[in-house]
Amino acid sequence: MVVELTINGNAYELEAPVGRTLAEVLRLDLGLTGTKIACGEGHCGACTVQLDGVPVLSCITLVHTVGDREVTTIEGLREHPLVEAFVEADATQCGFCTPGQIVTASALLAANASPSDDEIRHAMAGNLCRCGTYPKIERAIHTVAGDGGGS
Amino acid sequence: MARLIKTEKEVEGRYSEQWVVVEEDALEQWPEGPLRTVGRPATRVDGLARARGEARYTQDIQLPGMLHAAVLRSPHARARVKQIDLTPASELAGVRGAVGPGELDVLTDEPNYEGEAVAAVVADTADHARAALEEISIEWEVLEPLLDVDQALARESFLSDPKLYERGDIERGFAEADVVVEAEYRTQSVLHNALETHQTICEWEGETVNVYTSTQWLWGVRDEVAAAFDLPKDKVRVICRFMGGGFGAKGSAGDYTMIAAELARRTGRPVHCRLDRREENVNSGNRNPTIQKLRLGARSDGILTALSADYVCLLGWDGWLPPTAGPVQMLYACDNVRTVEYGVRLNSPPMDAFRAPGFVEGTFGLECALDELAAKLDLDPLELRRRNHADHDPLDERPFSGKQLMECYRRAEPHWERRHEVHARADGPWKHGVGIATQLWYGGGGPPSYAWVRLAGDGTATVLTAMQDIGTGTRTAMAQIAAEELGLPVERVTVELGDTAHGPYAVVSGGSSTTPSMGPAVRAAAGDVARQIREIAAQRFDVEERVLSLAEGKVINADGGSWLLEEITGLLEDGQILGKGARGPNPAGMRVMTYGIQVAEVAVDVETGEVVVERIYAVHDIGRVINPLGAESQIEGGIIQAIGHSLSEQRLLDPRSGKVLTRTLDAYKLPTIADVPEIVSELVDVPDAHLTNLGSKGLGEPPIVPTAAAIANAIRDATGADVRSLPITREEMLGALHEADERRRVPERVGAAPA
Repeated sequence: MVVELTINGNAYELEAPVGRTLAEVLRLDLGLTGTKIACGEGHCGACTVQLDGVPVLSCITLVHTVGDREVTTIEGLREHPLVEAFVEADATQCGFCTPGQIVTASALLAANASPSDDEIRHAMAGNLCRCGTYPKIERAIHTVAGDGGGS
Repeated sequence: MARLIKTEKEVEGRYSEQWVVVEEDALEQWPEGPLRTVGRPATRVDGLARARGEARYTQDIQLPGMLHAAVLRSPHARARVKQIDLTPASELAGVRGAVGPGELDVLTDEPNYEGEAVAAVVADTADHARAALEEISIEWEVLEPLLDVDQALARESFLSDPKLYERGDIERGFAEADVVVEAEYRTQSVLHNALETHQTICEWEGETVNVYTSTQWLWGVRDEVAAAFDLPKDKVRVICRFMGGGFGAKGSAGDYTMIAAELARRTGRPVHCRLDRREENVNSGNRNPTIQKLRLGARSDGILTALSADYVCLLGWDGWLPPTAGPVQMLYACDNVRTVEYGVRLNSPPMDAFRAPGFVEGTFGLECALDELAAKLDLDPLELRRRNHADHDPLDERPFSGKQLMECYRRAEPHWERRHEVHARADGPWKHGVGIATQLWYGGGGPPSYAWVRLAGDGTATVLTAMQDIGTGTRTAMAQIAAEELGLPVERVTVELGDTAHGPYAVVSGGSSTTPSMGPAVRAAAGDVARQIREIAAQRFDVEERVLSLAEGKVINADGGSWLLEEITGLLEDGQILGKGARGPNPAGMRVMTYGIQVAEVAVDVETGEVVVERIYAVHDIGRVINPLGAESQIEGGIIQAIGHSLSEQRLLDPRSGKVLTRTLDAYKLPTIADVPEIVSELVDVPDAHLTNLGSKGLGEPPIVPTAAAIANAIRDATGADVRSLPITREEMLGALHEADERRRVPERVGAAPA
């Protein structure tokens, strides 16, 4: 079954069987491996991408349900100030969850340019980090928010 | 001339003798304090690659023609395969091969725990492979599993002989005690849950097998695969450039690696074998549960006279006995000590190392009991710890190589003093309290570990060593060390690691050993290059070598003047200056350990049993700090994991079937960003003068060691309740509060009774 997608501003047309997830299409069909799969069942946030700016879990999003919503992955956010802020704050350890964290955080900042601690914690609570970079993630988001925030 | 000596090597408390070749002209340690690069905060050299999603982890590697394996794992804790037929699976479209019991050592037809590998299939896609597993025809004879610890003890079902340790005279010690505390503590099984699951891709190239794997030890995997497939060791090439977390569970090859290698050999195609999250939570190791019976005796002035501890460690079917008694044996000066450790074998999934195995569990019991003792003695818990400070290693009177624990206590004092204002925050059902706990752990590293450094004509340096950066920031620390020695900015140093074909042998990333093992080797290799630069410059500019030094990308003449490094290296055009370095021995006759103390502030709702950790202060002594920024992250990460272990994480086993019930990240509760308290940390940062050319120890594990006890002690401070079992769920908390109430009531009743 053919699916048409807009990902990071680029148009794609490909064959995908019913039941294929957006994460599989991104990673396996398009080689966009910045999106990670850590649990594969919607519990950890590592696979987070945005659909029209809203964070969704791509590992439990069927690709045929995406429709004409714009997909944004970490590859589309590489120049986002959050990336530099995460590095400066040391908000990556093993880094496996980091792309998902940045995708979620950028959606937060787009909706709320200067979030409070509580708002950050609420928005980011679905993105697990086993290394425990959370204090640094909070710092990184505040840094960007302090700079005028998001996009 | 190379000199051969024998030295002692330690990994996570397991000691062995090791031959090592020592260089004659070892480098002097750098002076104490921040240098030009070392000791100053550095952002990660690979931070951008990770944050931008460019870093390729094992999971991201797609090789042309790659197939995918799936593993049939035992659904029973103990069973026998009566009959198995792989043919219906092999015959499915898209399936390229299958392997069963008897064909590979890691596959069994008599599984002894849930999740033990029985068979595997390989197919064009992971979905095909998993679907094919369903078609394997298998008939089970389900056997009664051994799951009950009392039954196991009665049957003496042990993985190894019980370990007895004694010093002094324990009975005399208790006879001399004015106060005795006796209690039982329990710790639960927790699961590593690194976000990248265990996985390997194997690909054969002639007689060589390339192994892409998510590992903490390239060379350990190399040796295991070479032995399993009867290959010369270097015919196995192991690659792991980016690694998505390990925490102890990725120290060996694992069944998935052997399955991938065998199926790749059979099909002549690359094969990826990846555990999914549910397999990860059953079958990739765990921190073993413990039952600890402690008895502490002290004189009225607080001096410990006797420490006695029995540890029952529920190891599962396989694994080893971690050093659970270590803290009781080593943390305090006490003449009379007796410990017994039982490693119980059950039909449950095998334990594996998990960030300071043994010491996390043992410290919880000891440090809680010590506070109970302090309460009975009516003595300040911090003062009690000071009075029992061990000036020498109590095991054998060896001097400690460097110990700044008293300085840690000094720095912790103002945070401990906050308890008066913290108590005053009590509001309705919410009670507030402060608790402390001390920590010691290994972390000295050791040989053999090697590094090479090459300096190019453009004045940039590359460090080559086949170590791994499992997320701890060791790539960055090595870049800083090389940069410091070469007098270069860190941006001009690249660190190439993660490939056994690209660099010399390196230590396991475990036991807090990477920086203290690899750092001195990298410094020695950079020092070798620096020496050659000075020699070359002396010839080129006709000056004496002894007046030359390297700094800020220049060769500096003490008599005045300097030259850009490129003015010397540039002469060689594409020629390179090559240096090599080896890790020297640990100091003979000394004990190398890490130390620290943490102060926890908690709030407890005595009506609902909710516990909130509000603040953790941590101060640790790990010798010289290479990267204060990365070190702070390590401390925070350890503490956050410890908060999970203390409050929310618990692997649940069905007591009848032995099946793991907490298989998902929904059922198994990791801490989220919303669970993180204020964390304030510092490091003493005094180089260990006896330890290598660097004076640094490891920091991966120390911060996770004392947190649980500090939290439990804070809870006692807040409520008077003794929580002696982890995790401190609401049920546990309410039970402990109820017991404390009962205790308070009993004396009242006695007092009220008519004479």
